[in-house]
Amino acid sequence: MTDGTPNLERGAVLTPDVLVVGAGPAGLTAAARLAGRTGADVLVLDRADTPGGVPVHTAHTGFGLRDLHRVLSGPAYAARLAGAARAAGADLRGRAMVTGWSGPRQVEATTPDGLLRVRARAVLLATGARERPRPARLVPGDRPQGVLTTGQLQQLVHGSGRHVGERAVVVGAEPVSWSAVLTLRAAGCRTVLMTSRYDRAESYAAFTVPGRTVLGVPVATGTRVVRIIGRGRVEGVEIEHAATGRRRTVACDTVVFTGDWVPEHELARAAGLAIDPGTLGPVVDTALHTSEPGVFAAGNLLHPVDTADGAALDGRHAADRIAAWLAAPGGEGPPLGPGVPVVAGEPFRWVAPQLLRPGGPAPPRGRLLLWSDALVRVPRVRVCQDGRVLARRRLPWPAAPGRVFRVPFALLSRLDPSGGPVRLALE
Amino acid sequence: MTDGAGCAPLPTGSEVEADTDTDVDVAVVGAGVVGAAIARELAGHGLSVAVLEARDDIGDGTSKANTGILHTGFDAKPGTLESRLVREGCRLLTAYAAATGIPVERTGAVMAAWTEEELAALPGLREKAERNGYRRCELVGAGEVYRQVPALGPGVLGGLTVPDESLTCTWTTTLALATDALRRGARFLLRRAVIGADPGAGVTRLRTAGGDPITARWVVNAAGLGADTVDRMFGHDRFTVTPRRGELLVFDKLARPLADRIVLPVPTARGKGVLISPTVYGNVMLGPTAEDLTDRTATGTSAEGYAFLRARGERLMPSLMREEVTAAYAGLRAAADRDDYLIEASPEQRYVVVGGIRSTGLSAAMGIAEYVRALLADAGLVLAARTDLPSPPRMPNLGEAFPRPYRDAERIAADPAYGHVVCYCERVTAGEIRDACTAPLPARTLDGLRRRTRATNGRCQGFSCAAAVTDLMDRHRSGGCDASTEPGGTTR
Repeated sequence: MTDGTPNLERGAVLTPDVLVVGAGPAGLTAAARLAGRTGADVLVLDRADTPGGVPVHTAHTGFGLRDLHRVLSGPAYAARLAGAARAAGADLRGRAMVTGWSGPRQVEATTPDGLLRVRARAVLLATGARERPRPARLVPGDRPQGVLTTGQLQQLVHGSGRHVGERAVVVGAEPVSWSAVLTLRAAGCRTVLMTSRYDRAESYAAFTVPGRTVLGVPVATGTRVVRIIGRGRVEGVEIEHAATGRRRTVACDTVVFTGDWVPEHELARAAGLAIDPGTLGPVVDTALHTSEPGVFAAGNLLHPVDTADGAALDGRHAADRIAAWLAAPGGEGPPLGPGVPVVAGEPFRWVAPQLLRPGGPAPPRGRLLLWSDALVRVPRVRVCQDGRVLARRRLPWPAAPGRVFRVPFALLSRLDPSGGPVRLALE
Repeated sequence: MTDGAGCAPLPTGSEVEADTDTDVDVAVVGAGVVGAAIARELAGHGLSVAVLEARDDIGDGTSKANTGILHTGFDAKPGTLESRLVREGCRLLTAYAAATGIPVERTGAVMAAWTEEELAALPGLREKAERNGYRRCELVGAGEVYRQVPALGPGVLGGLTVPDESLTCTWTTTLALATDALRRGARFLLRRAVIGADPGAGVTRLRTAGGDPITARWVVNAAGLGADTVDRMFGHDRFTVTPRRGELLVFDKLARPLADRIVLPVPTARGKGVLISPTVYGNVMLGPTAEDLTDRTATGTSAEGYAFLRARGERLMPSLMREEVTAAYAGLRAAADRDDYLIEASPEQRYVVVGGIRSTGLSAAMGIAEYVRALLADAGLVLAARTDLPSPPRMPNLGEAFPRPYRDAERIAADPAYGHVVCYCERVTAGEIRDACTAPLPARTLDGLRRRTRATNGRCQGFSCAAAVTDLMDRHRSGGCDASTEPGGTTR
């Protein structure tokens, strides 16, 4: 396809040391650290009006625990990260939409001030993740008003101050689903039911127990939504209990599809980066380096999704690796060699990072992240390579759908760097 | 529900006028692509025209869920009116698109045969194409089919190429024709469902659900799914519309390299089959299903439809099934119980029926309009081509293969609103949303805005932008009564 635009060459060209795409917790944290510690010239482009990513529209508290060691509301957290990046000297630009690549580490962007071309020594992709909307989940039925995702709901309520409805069904029971319930409550909309396709609600007990008791929301487990009903406006949903096949209709005027995250991987794919079939984000090594030299990735683009502070700590990790890359002789690091792939076995859907390059660092926070499709209360992790068991360890936290499962990197200490893929599974 | 006319303030030149009691030369029932084309044609011949539309926007019925393919008519039934009008309409629309900026992408099509039966049918289809006046089809072997579309699943036995099948935008086409009609003086009366017709001496009085009756010298029935109902108001009983539901899956733009041309199924005794087509918006579409219904409002999707499409898709193009689904649509085609268009004048009633315009209606619309004009002239209506025609409108481009404002430095420099991308996935700017809300036929609902700009049509379906788009729309909206009743949530 041709772009056909004759005016592109008139756009300004910027040449920062580092371009960060996405001003969410990962991008802002990386920008602040790079600009502050190394004095690098850092440009952050974000398509939204306000920097901060998803937390900007998440009014409730609970942000910042692991990165800032305090608990803030989403908007306060976003403002603090943006302020820190600016204070460190990073150039933050909003309403700046990166639209594609024009060369290695070179992108094109559209802003109200005109077209930009950015050529950087290193690029950090921190584009985050989104919830799958209803069409992508292939939920049949009518197509009325009132069917939302959490992201959409939060922007409508907290961003635009809009009324949503009176009675909501929330699809999903993971942390973000409870966030949707809180937002609905703030908007005066009662959540009449949460549904979870798992037999047990997948959220942390810290959410589920007060959620059930304080918020009074019933959770239908082992249940899926099989039809949306309503012309014009939602009138109800039909749900099916998986074990019995029994169906019933729940009256509501709002349906919120939560979770089921997919990374915003358009730029990653447009660059031709190797993509992991599990996360659908770019394949990275433990330095968060993608398959393209000088292009790094961090945050929920890599692991849809971990908490905001987890993404921020990714950003911190990536910043140090980018700094090392920039400091290498000749201004860029050595060519990217092969590595040992890390693969996810049962019951895991994915693992990140997916590549161990010789001499690479430990991953962020010394953990591999995995996503489980089943609840295992007492998980025994087994790490294998070429038919050899490298490690077995019982971990004191459960593996559960809807949240990231963390495995200490130390379990891989016995791996053979010239061997085949390392597989992580539960026994 | 109130008539749009009660909905002040409206700008000058708006489609809705308070004075709806006026006589017109011709009342066109239905503001789909066919009704809009007819209104434009007649308004270009010195007639006063009013278009009565039951819904709250133009092109909101069968026209909106079209597959968006501009057909050559190669596979029509030779000798039929449909064959002739698709051929003429395709030629007219291609030229009109160039003049107005309606995006047309000539990707071409390949019809792929997967069974011996289908393979055996191809030579006959080529002959049929020639009898339809289309001579550029070629029979090709399986190797050539795979060369053209490498992502096709295994098992193709051969194919037939149709190099002139093209992609277009059904929404822009309807909007262009209607805007043109409006500029030529036609009026569009929305939310004015026709509920009865009282033919009298010299004029027919059309009773409407949404306001005062309209009196017209002539009535043209282009009511799509309701055409048989309107026809019966004039005392006829000559056809029945069977709504045929077609479900479509639209895949992520990242899938577009998999299908750079249309892959048609071979029609057999067992039905027309499922096609894979790029869309002019840069996505890939799989569908449609074909399910005859009785409910003329059943535009919901079904679990069976999804399962059917996914099973077909796995066979046709397995790699497409690994991509994300961006949207699922269900549209109703106005299939009639006959195998040709029904376009006839009843001069004694000063009435023309335009019925049975099924999925080829987009391609044929401008041919149908000329045909209707000729019928009216034959029936004694005095028609004179105007010499003072306004120029056709220049339409905002929604085509992915053509320049759009977000990449136009000059345009952004002149108006920074074109550099403010609001809908990220579809790269729709604040300037385009403003333009759509203040156009002569403005967007008044989020669905209307989607069809005029692509806003919220993309992979996130409003996750990131629905609130911002709604806010912008509220700011610019000129009318106000339609969408103000919505709480702002956008859905598919």
